[in-house]
Amino acid sequence: MRIFDPHIHMTSRTTDDYERMAAAGVRALVEPAFWLGQPRTSVGSFTDYFDSLVGWEPFRASQFGIRHHCTIALNPKEANDPRCREVLQVLPRYLEKDGVVAVGEIGYDSMTPEEDEVFAAQLALAVEHDLPAMVHTPHRDKARGTDRTIAVVRESGIDPGRVVVDHLNEVTVARVAESGCWMGFSIYPDTKMTPSRMVAILQEHGLDRVLVNSAADWGRSDPLLTLRTGEAMLAAGFTDDDVDRVLWRNPVEFYGQSKRLDVSDLLDVDATFEGNSILRGGS
Amino acid sequence: MNLYDSLTAELTDTVWLDTALETVARQPAAVGRLFPAAGRRCGRWALAGLPGWTVDDAARVLLLTRLPVEALATELEPLYRYGDAAEKRAVLRALPLLPASEAFEPILLDALRTNDTRLVAAALGPAAASLPDAAWRQGVLKAVFMGLPLAAVADLDERADAELATMLGGLVEERHAAGRAVAEDATALLHRLQERVS
Ligand SMILES: [Zn+2]
Repeated sequence: MRIFDPHIHMTSRTTDDYERMAAAGVRALVEPAFWLGQPRTSVGSFTDYFDSLVGWEPFRASQFGIRHHCTIALNPKEANDPRCREVLQVLPRYLEKDGVVAVGEIGYDSMTPEEDEVFAAQLALAVEHDLPAMVHTPHRDKARGTDRTIAVVRESGIDPGRVVVDHLNEVTVARVAESGCWMGFSIYPDTKMTPSRMVAILQEHGLDRVLVNSAADWGRSDPLLTLRTGEAMLAAGFTDDDVDRVLWRNPVEFYGQSKRLDVSDLLDVDATFEGNSILRGGS
Repeated sequence: MNLYDSLTAELTDTVWLDTALETVARQPAAVGRLFPAAGRRCGRWALAGLPGWTVDDAARVLLLTRLPVEALATELEPLYRYGDAAEKRAVLRALPLLPASEAFEPILLDALRTNDTRLVAAALGPAAASLPDAAWRQGVLKAVFMGLPLAAVADLDERADAELATMLGGLVEERHAAGRAVAEDATALLHRLQERVS
């Protein structure tokens, strides 16, 4: 089983996790920029964090044969702090980096006017830098937050096929499916989504435009829940090819739209994905 | 063969590169966007004609050499500061080809503080001429600790002195006491330095 975790915060994980992930078949991942638990109070701590997402973490991942990419943004929670707002000014530099495959995580936390502004501004940045967008949905007031997210995405003019709306569940999946956006599911050890519930959603909605991630971070989470979901899919009667589609080809297709995803020497000779965007270099 | 020829000998298409090189000479501020794009536009494979260099290294170094001198003074530091690891390495590789500047030393010291073997190796290459001796010795010792081949260190024997021999001797003694191995190139260097004295 080859696994591409499209959403995992490796900054908060140990080197042992990289080792376990590599052993479990994780060969590529995307680390979205997000909140670190402790609120930041200056632009400098963001730039140091972004530097680590395009410098130190890819180096650390490479020690275990894992290809590391990231998404860069001012997250919705800290968008509410005026001291962090200036981060928007430094984003253009980072959005040009080779390892940056989307603008994210953007979206809503508490649905404030500040979040509205920063969300819209960053969707515009995604269009300007020709990047997909990775959108977090709020944990509180989720259903209405998801509706509002879809409305803002629609207004921005970005192609919904270049947007993933993440942290979905049984209640929010249908409206995102209708919107044309990609559907992201974060599998957690207990609460939000479990491997068995994920399998039920796949049975009902199919495998199109679905991304499954561990969203592992500094909280209770497990970087191997992608693998557990693949195992649960097989146990429920899905084929190896179905699992490969959800856990590898779908994230390659979604983030490949950035034309910056580089998984060239990780691809098996018989891999079926045909986009030239994932081949390194070239024109 | 010069750098441009070594690079273009391996590119099927040089339109992007040539345009970018012309652009930065005329509009230096454009380097902020062209410099990071070089990897995805030109490629990242290892250059056969230039051992240890990749296509993106060469393209980025060429961009820096085409910047007008006045622009270099304002652009170089932020290119390094906001660079990803590959961009930082290209800045380090470009330093010996650029007119000497006070900006070089802090860049090299930053690279030596990292734990990224690619950056430490690049800082100990020809660019290390701008490093003060104390920092250079610490850099060589760090290379031994990180398991970097000492072949990456420019002018190693010319610059190595009695102080480095003492530091290296201490490391070898510690390793032996712990029953741990020392890289052969490091012990070979120590022997060469000790022979000089005797
Ligand atoms: Zn997240």
